[in-house]
Amino acid sequence: MSRADLWLYVAQRVSAMILAPLVIVHLLTIIYAIQGGLTAAEILQRTQGSLLWGSLYGLFVVAVAVHGSIGLRAIIKEMSIWRGRSLDLAMGLFGLSLLYLGMRAVMAVV
Amino acid sequence: MRNQASYWAFIVHRISGLGLALFLPFHFYVLSLALEEARLNNFLQWTDAPLVKLAESGLVLLLAAHMAGGLRLLVLEFFPWHDWQKTVIALGAAVAFAFGILFLMRAI
Amino acid sequence: MSAALEETGQQITLEIWRGQEEGYYETYSVPAQASQTILDVVTYVQRRIDPTLSYRFACRIGMCGSCAMMVNGQPRWTCRTHASKVLKDGKIRLSPLRNLPVIKDLATDMTEFFEKWQTAKGRFVPTDGKSQEFASVEPTSTGRKEADAGIECLGCGVCYSACDVVAWNKDYLGPAALNRAWTLVNDERDGDKMGHLAAVAVDAGCHACHSHQQCTTYCPNNLNPTRAIAGLKRMSVAAALKGDLK
Repeated sequence: MSRADLWLYVAQRVSAMILAPLVIVHLLTIIYAIQGGLTAAEILQRTQGSLLWGSLYGLFVVAVAVHGSIGLRAIIKEMSIWRGRSLDLAMGLFGLSLLYLGMRAVMAVV
Repeated sequence: MRNQASYWAFIVHRISGLGLALFLPFHFYVLSLALEEARLNNFLQWTDAPLVKLAESGLVLLLAAHMAGGLRLLVLEFFPWHDWQKTVIALGAAVAFAFGILFLMRAI
Repeated sequence: MSAALEETGQQITLEIWRGQEEGYYETYSVPAQASQTILDVVTYVQRRIDPTLSYRFACRIGMCGSCAMMVNGQPRWTCRTHASKVLKDGKIRLSPLRNLPVIKDLATDMTEFFEKWQTAKGRFVPTDGKSQEFASVEPTSTGRKEADAGIECLGCGVCYSACDVVAWNKDYLGPAALNRAWTLVNDERDGDKMGHLAAVAVDAGCHACHSHQQCTTYCPNNLNPTRAIAGLKRMSVAAALKGDLK
């Protein structure tokens, strides 16, 4: 009795609820930051050494890795002939790579 | 298909999700360039080009649209059903566009 | 045909699917008459023009759901569809219900539709019956209102045909079966609420629904399977989180 779809659904909705406020913060930050042009210094001055921004973006990365990989799996499963174990593994790998690249990016700016 | 609103809400949600998922690895890579400030600055200078600004506005739009669509789904699934929830789609679309246009205006 | 029916002197062109999965559209021309339904025109074709055409109907008055088919790409009951309302450039295209195997022409094989109904445990589970008390169900209770909203389902297959997820995922239980499960989950007389939830909370079960709401849009009885499925999602997740779901 596979309840995989149930738990993926739960993970998708929970990560969505975590992402919603983070996305709003991100959008507002973007709109604020691009005023007067965007430089690396400006970004780093805000994020470097900041526990707050580090935690926010760290959480953002985890949530998006979960949410994006589950979403991509649904799209591929429904819109192509690829399904089954190999797709699940590939999507897991996609999620892990997002996690890795994302954490690396967070480390780079904090 | 008669219920155009719900169907288009789904299409927008799916396409924006796909776009964002494919964009993210690139986004994370660019940010990691900050390990060397000069490298990130070089990249950011490239983003001053108008075409890139347009693409960025597109991405902001995708993000806002995907979030709006997602919030609509959360409301549909977790709260008692009301027919006015179809109106939530319109509101969501409006919010998404607001964000996108705001970005574009500030970016120029 | 009764002499009292007005003939308008015009013709309607019908393109009707002939064959099975492989086949072709055959063109017929029938006289247009006032207040004609699609069932009227299909019957005219079968009785007056081409007796080899296969199609289904029973009550003719919108009570049984037997006459469902695709009318210009939309799943409808033919007895409740006026020909004049769906004419596109003087033509109407008729094909068998989407998402189901075709037996012949406009008749589909409903087996998988009803098998999924059973897989979703869309059947009442009685309690042991030793109790001498009649069940006292308050009609205005939340549960009963939820159940009442879904019990008029005739199993016509229109929602199943309208559903894109059914088209994309062969294993998806579908709106009708899940709607039925929801009515039973809300039926306080049913003896196995957890069993019903367990049956729908499977892979390609209620969680596969993306809330397109095509089922709700097309249901000829104005049911809302999307709402029912949302309820199943909530209830099954709550049960799973509590560890009650086997």
